[in-house]
Amino acid sequence: MTATDGAFVAFERVQKSYDGENLVVKDLNLSMPKGEFLTMLGPSGSGKTTCLMMLAGFETATHGDILLDGVSINNIPPHKRGIGMVFQNYALFPHMSVAENLSFPLEVRKIGKSDREAKVKRALDMVQMGSFAGRRPAQLSGGQQQRIALARALVFEPELVLMDEPLGALDKQLRETLQFEITNLAHELGITTVYVTHDQTEALTMSDRVAVFDDGRIQQLAPPDELYEKPENSFVAQFIGENNTLEGVVEEIKGNTCIVKLDSGDIIDAVPVNVDNVGDRTKVSIRPERVEFDRNRLHDDAHTLKAEVLEFIYMGDIFRTRLRVAGTDEFVIKTRNAPDQKRLKPGEMIEIGWMAEDCRALDA
Amino acid sequence: MSALPPYATTGQRIWHYSFRVICGLIFFFLIAPILVIIPLSFNAEDFFTFTPEMLSFDPEGYSTKHYEDFFTNSDWQLALRNSLKIAPVATLLSVSLGTLAAIGLSQSHVPFRRAIMAILISPMIVPLIISATGMYFFYSNPYIPLPFGWTIELPFTLTGTYIGVVLAHAALGIPFVIITVTATLVGFDQSLTRAAANMGAGPVTTFFRVQMPLILPGVVSGGLFAFITSFDEVVVVLFVGSAGQKTLPWQMFTGLREQISPTILAVATILITLSVILLFVVEILRRRSERLRGITPS
Repeated sequence: MTATDGAFVAFERVQKSYDGENLVVKDLNLSMPKGEFLTMLGPSGSGKTTCLMMLAGFETATHGDILLDGVSINNIPPHKRGIGMVFQNYALFPHMSVAENLSFPLEVRKIGKSDREAKVKRALDMVQMGSFAGRRPAQLSGGQQQRIALARALVFEPELVLMDEPLGALDKQLRETLQFEITNLAHELGITTVYVTHDQTEALTMSDRVAVFDDGRIQQLAPPDELYEKPENSFVAQFIGENNTLEGVVEEIKGNTCIVKLDSGDIIDAVPVNVDNVGDRTKVSIRPERVEFDRNRLHDDAHTLKAEVLEFIYMGDIFRTRLRVAGTDEFVIKTRNAPDQKRLKPGEMIEIGWMAEDCRALDA
Repeated sequence: MSALPPYATTGQRIWHYSFRVICGLIFFFLIAPILVIIPLSFNAEDFFTFTPEMLSFDPEGYSTKHYEDFFTNSDWQLALRNSLKIAPVATLLSVSLGTLAAIGLSQSHVPFRRAIMAILISPMIVPLIISATGMYFFYSNPYIPLPFGWTIELPFTLTGTYIGVVLAHAALGIPFVIITVTATLVGFDQSLTRAAANMGAGPVTTFFRVQMPLILPGVVSGGLFAFITSFDEVVVVLFVGSAGQKTLPWQMFTGLREQISPTILAVATILITLSVILLFVVEILRRRSERLRGITPS
């Protein structure tokens, strides 16, 4: 499938530079089918917000095309794009009541009064704010304001809704409730959503697919599970979730497994992801919860490493243990708090290993 | 007013009270010359000083005859009408142009913003007599210079016309509007205009439905200053205007020179009262609108 075929939203070779020298967005290609919930995730300055602003029409692409439903929208001003948007700081009109805020996009579209009132009421009920129609934004809490902003972005029934870190200013509990509500609403209404965040938990729990941005490029575009379990490069492995990194050189490649000789001299098994040749330097990535220290649960021929327990942290649902392995003090393993789970003690010497497929040899 | 904390030292106590005395003296310095006019305007005699009757609170010493003179004398009435014809139109012009200028100058991509701002505000800084002279020569010149020594001659000049005075006063009022509107725009959240655009509102709708209501307090304060500037102004109108545009301050000025009638004091009292009422009304309206949109008055 090429970028334009059947895609509802497409970026084709989009570049953006603010000063004419440095590219903030470098050769971006992305296509989204209708109804998808896509999250742009990345550190600040990675270009994700710029992409969203280009889609909304507040920034213009220096090069390339942005297509909506197969039509280039480069030359369409923001107010004619018909895209709903939820802003980071809510951007509710302070001089209008909640109902007037919601009514605004409908009035602009010259929708009749009775129709307007019905739509406003429905949108408010959708976000459980039906009884707040007469309030002013300043009289609402942050979470309530966010709900109104969401209702306002949906009230004119756009097919595409953009959200720019909408939950950034809320506390953890509220954020989790709203994450759930937003995804439910988006799926129920069948709207296509582009969500920007720097919070990886948010990205993983809400999205159909996540685009990880760094340095103006999409580093990986994949569903959450694939992103977490099969990162394609070291940046994604480091950025998503907790990750252990060991550095070494590829010793041997056999089909879809390889042997890596670490800088400490230890030998480990891994899956070659973006290493091509024997002798390449590599960073291997292994998730803390995929590390085993029970010899019985590993393959007989699996390579193991000696490790010294440095710290044991009780976190309630899990135990987080920090180890000294192959010359690093930052190797972390996570174990579930089960009745028969062994609690490691600092100073203890253990042997650790993993399934070769859980350990990925990535770019150095 | 906060009470002194129990641990205040003697020095702090002395300062606490002397601070209040100093504040009182400053108020006196500012207001006394204005207040003294009010009782004098009720003088039964044609004097500018307190008569012995007035000082002994004899009702005979007071009268409203100067007020009667103001409301019946055709010179004064003409001046009042002229002022009321000029000030509102000049204010309207100042407010429209000043607001637009302030919005334009608040956009970060406008080149030479500071220089343009300085030029627009200069009528407030340049001595009035210089502005007035400049305006006189500019407005009285019917020739428009063109390259290669060509000129166009207009069939009219602006000096001595109603429009000329209005334009001159508008130029004096614009800086006040620019300053107050720029101050309100500092607190204006630019994402609101983006939100409006995103919801389908064009730039004009966005301006009138979103931006204007939110900067209205600044616009109104600026308009008030512009109005008072025009209403109080005597130098520029003397240069640019003619007898047909004789305003209240002009009439007061000639009155002082030519007839020395305490009617001036009655007019002054009326103007003071009007100004105070106007300030109060505008301030109440401004606070009300700020409260409505949940902004606490700063």
